[in-house]
Amino acid sequence: MDKLTENTAPAVINNNEDGYTAVEITQFIVVKFGEEQYGIDIKYVDNIVRMQHITRIPKVSNYIKGVINLRGEVVPVMSVRLKMDLSEDVETKATRIIILKLDQLGNIGILVDEVKEVVNLEEAQIERVSYDARDDVSNFIFGIGKYEGGLISLLDLDAVVLDKEMI
Amino acid sequence: MDVSQYLEIFIDETKEHLQSLNTQILNLEQEPENEDTINEIFRAAHSLKGMAGTMGYKRMQTLTHDMENVFSEVRNGNIKVKANMIDILFQCLDALEEYLDCIQSSADEGTNDNEPLIRALNEILSGNAENVQEEAKASAENVSGEVKEDIEETVEEGTEWTGIKLHDTEKTVIGKAVSQGKKAYGLTVYVQESCILKAARAFLVFKAVEELGEIIVSDPSAQDIEDEKFESSFNIVVISDASLSEIVKAAQSVSEIEKAVGGVLKVDPQSAAKPEVQEEKEGKDEEPSEDTPTVQQSVVSAPAAAKQEKKPAANKPVVNRTVRVDIEKLDSLMNLVSELIIAKNSLVSISAGGGNESVDNMAFNDQIEYLESVTTNLHESVMKVRMVPIESVVQKFPRMIRDLQKKLGKKMELYMTGEETELDRTVVDEIGDPLMHLLRNAADHGLESAQVRKERGKPEVGSIHLDAYQDGNNVIIEVSDDGGGIDAKTVKQKAIERGVISAEQAENMSEKEIINLLFLPSFSTAKEVTDVSGRGVGLDVVKSKIEALSGEVDVRTKYGVGSTWSICLPLTLAIIQALMVVVGNEKYAISLNSIDTIENITKEDIKYVQAKEVINLRGIVIPLVRLDEMLDIYKEKDEEEDIVVVIVRKGDKQVGLVVDELIGQQEIVIKSLGKYINKCKFISGATILGDGEVALILDTNAMI
Repeated sequence: MDKLTENTAPAVINNNEDGYTAVEITQFIVVKFGEEQYGIDIKYVDNIVRMQHITRIPKVSNYIKGVINLRGEVVPVMSVRLKMDLSEDVETKATRIIILKLDQLGNIGILVDEVKEVVNLEEAQIERVSYDARDDVSNFIFGIGKYEGGLISLLDLDAVVLDKEMI
Repeated sequence: MDVSQYLEIFIDETKEHLQSLNTQILNLEQEPENEDTINEIFRAAHSLKGMAGTMGYKRMQTLTHDMENVFSEVRNGNIKVKANMIDILFQCLDALEEYLDCIQSSADEGTNDNEPLIRALNEILSGNAENVQEEAKASAENVSGEVKEDIEETVEEGTEWTGIKLHDTEKTVIGKAVSQGKKAYGLTVYVQESCILKAARAFLVFKAVEELGEIIVSDPSAQDIEDEKFESSFNIVVISDASLSEIVKAAQSVSEIEKAVGGVLKVDPQSAAKPEVQEEKEGKDEEPSEDTPTVQQSVVSAPAAAKQEKKPAANKPVVNRTVRVDIEKLDSLMNLVSELIIAKNSLVSISAGGGNESVDNMAFNDQIEYLESVTTNLHESVMKVRMVPIESVVQKFPRMIRDLQKKLGKKMELYMTGEETELDRTVVDEIGDPLMHLLRNAADHGLESAQVRKERGKPEVGSIHLDAYQDGNNVIIEVSDDGGGIDAKTVKQKAIERGVISAEQAENMSEKEIINLLFLPSFSTAKEVTDVSGRGVGLDVVKSKIEALSGEVDVRTKYGVGSTWSICLPLTLAIIQALMVVVGNEKYAISLNSIDTIENITKEDIKYVQAKEVINLRGIVIPLVRLDEMLDIYKEKDEEEDIVVVIVRKGDKQVGLVVDELIGQQEIVIKSLGKYINKCKFISGATILGDGEVALILDTNAMI
């Protein structure tokens, strides 16, 4: 299966046209599942919407919550919690649906407990998960970001959205 | 003079003229003396010539000019119409169509001079028409021979696949793979000339090759191949552990693939720029082999190279797809839009009025009703604009049957009715191939040879019918023949032989079920594979194509008497009438088309057959489906005494769906669920309700 995203966050150093080198900064949206902080590369985020009625779809994987109406478009919504084998989502005032824009699959919404902030991470602040570990079925991150003393697990959207067993 | 702005009109009109020429020449064959026909042909040829001349398409002009000369002599009574003349004329039409295809894709007529044809036409003129056919044939054979040789040559050089241009990234991928001990191969696959569904074949090749390795590049792109935007060959680059011969074998194992040639690809990232120049050159030299070696081909290799140069720039057709719309339809559309604006204005004035509330309310309701009728009419009008008669597709069939008749040596006649039946443009575009398939099937497998027909006491000339008519919200297209029909026993045997079903299963299957096995992939009962059909791809492709258009195919057959294939297509795809129902606390839409009746039954009406719930409805036993169980809907309410059952139908099978509540009939706009969710077979799509909520559309066909 093709990779949907190239979430090897941009290379450390890029040769610009005029030859001068710059440090790449990647922006992440920080969301929370329970107490843990997760980061989502902002370039895949189309939109963040409030929780709304989700129409259930029968006979699909448990982590697919259903579909919502996003301005006239029918968009599937999945639960990252169920995908990661965490406890079921509990809807609160802070619950949000993040609409991801993926080239091949179109828009997909993911449920998060809370959206906190947007952070800028340099490559030096990101500790990458080794390649072997990324093949692990229960691994959903491609790296860990260190930011102001806290840790942010950086979500590997391929792993989150797709079925690893099926690949 | 810049004539590019007229290109679209030119293409449209040329198509029309060619079509009318095709039909008229067919007529001419039947009644060689009919003056009206001859005049009509003359006029069409004359306008074609004029248009081609204006647009600067010299070759096309020359050919039509010579054709016109022939017609003019025929009109003056100097030449009599003969069978071989008709054949040559048809070849000319094919050649003109080729020019047109070329123009459509590149705005250039190409470089084919069609000299043999022009010579043949001139010889008809000079009177010795008898020899002409032979000669034309001979020269045509010569030419195709030359072309074949050309192919041989290029194959020996094995260079076609080297024409693939690789990006740096792809080169690195190949480099990496090679360093891991894998090998990279370039491969050129030639699809047979006669193949109808090239894209399907190409897909099978891709699949076969991908079992052995990974395809990293294809030329044309995978998308273009899927859309059948390639000629008779395509190139791929494969990374694999397997040997070259294994891969070539895999590609060749797909039927209707003429051959596959390939070699080891060497990539030198350092000198990336250099080889590319060379590759380009080689690409030019091979051009002739890429061209289909048709009968009218004349090989001039230098101009062919010139054509190649132009091609890359114009990969996409230069002309957009258009629909010709009757001005009346546009007028009514305009009217409706103005009414829409009036309705909007009235609503605005009511909301701004601030007068008596109850009066306002009434006016408001009036306006809503008005708005509703306007939008319904608007919808109808827009749909009408998209509708085109199927004529444009079926017009080419009489010619096809004529050619088949010669090829198969059977006598047959095609009768068509309902060409004026209208369908959505997208559907009409797609329906051509499946219909062609069914007609070819009917001609090849359906009709018996003249001898057998005589023995069976049928008229020697077989008849094939193509009937189209509207039936409610559907359009039915039927292809029927008075041939041998389908022998269920042969099908059964074949199915058992191929392991599709077991002998025990076969025992219990009805004749109808057995015949439906024909729609399974790679199932062909033709004893001999012929040029026309019988390679096992066909009916399954027809079925999947029709189903992709939300239609259905069905076959009725009687052994020895004939068979009828009927295609049922919905008039429109985007908006349907649906019944909204409630199950548990969820809302679902059921397409009104599939609903037979709605019944209120009591608990006592439910009977059991083999532990399954059924009802006996006016003498017919109908199985019940509990939607809440089937769709895992949580339901707290206890079973009520009165039960609402929606009876849906697929073909002649019925099933009763148990729902909790009916909401009512509603027009719904079908939305796709997207690629991400595709596992639920009971759901065919979704729609957005008035309150913004999403409701799912049930695919009742999957439940039967």
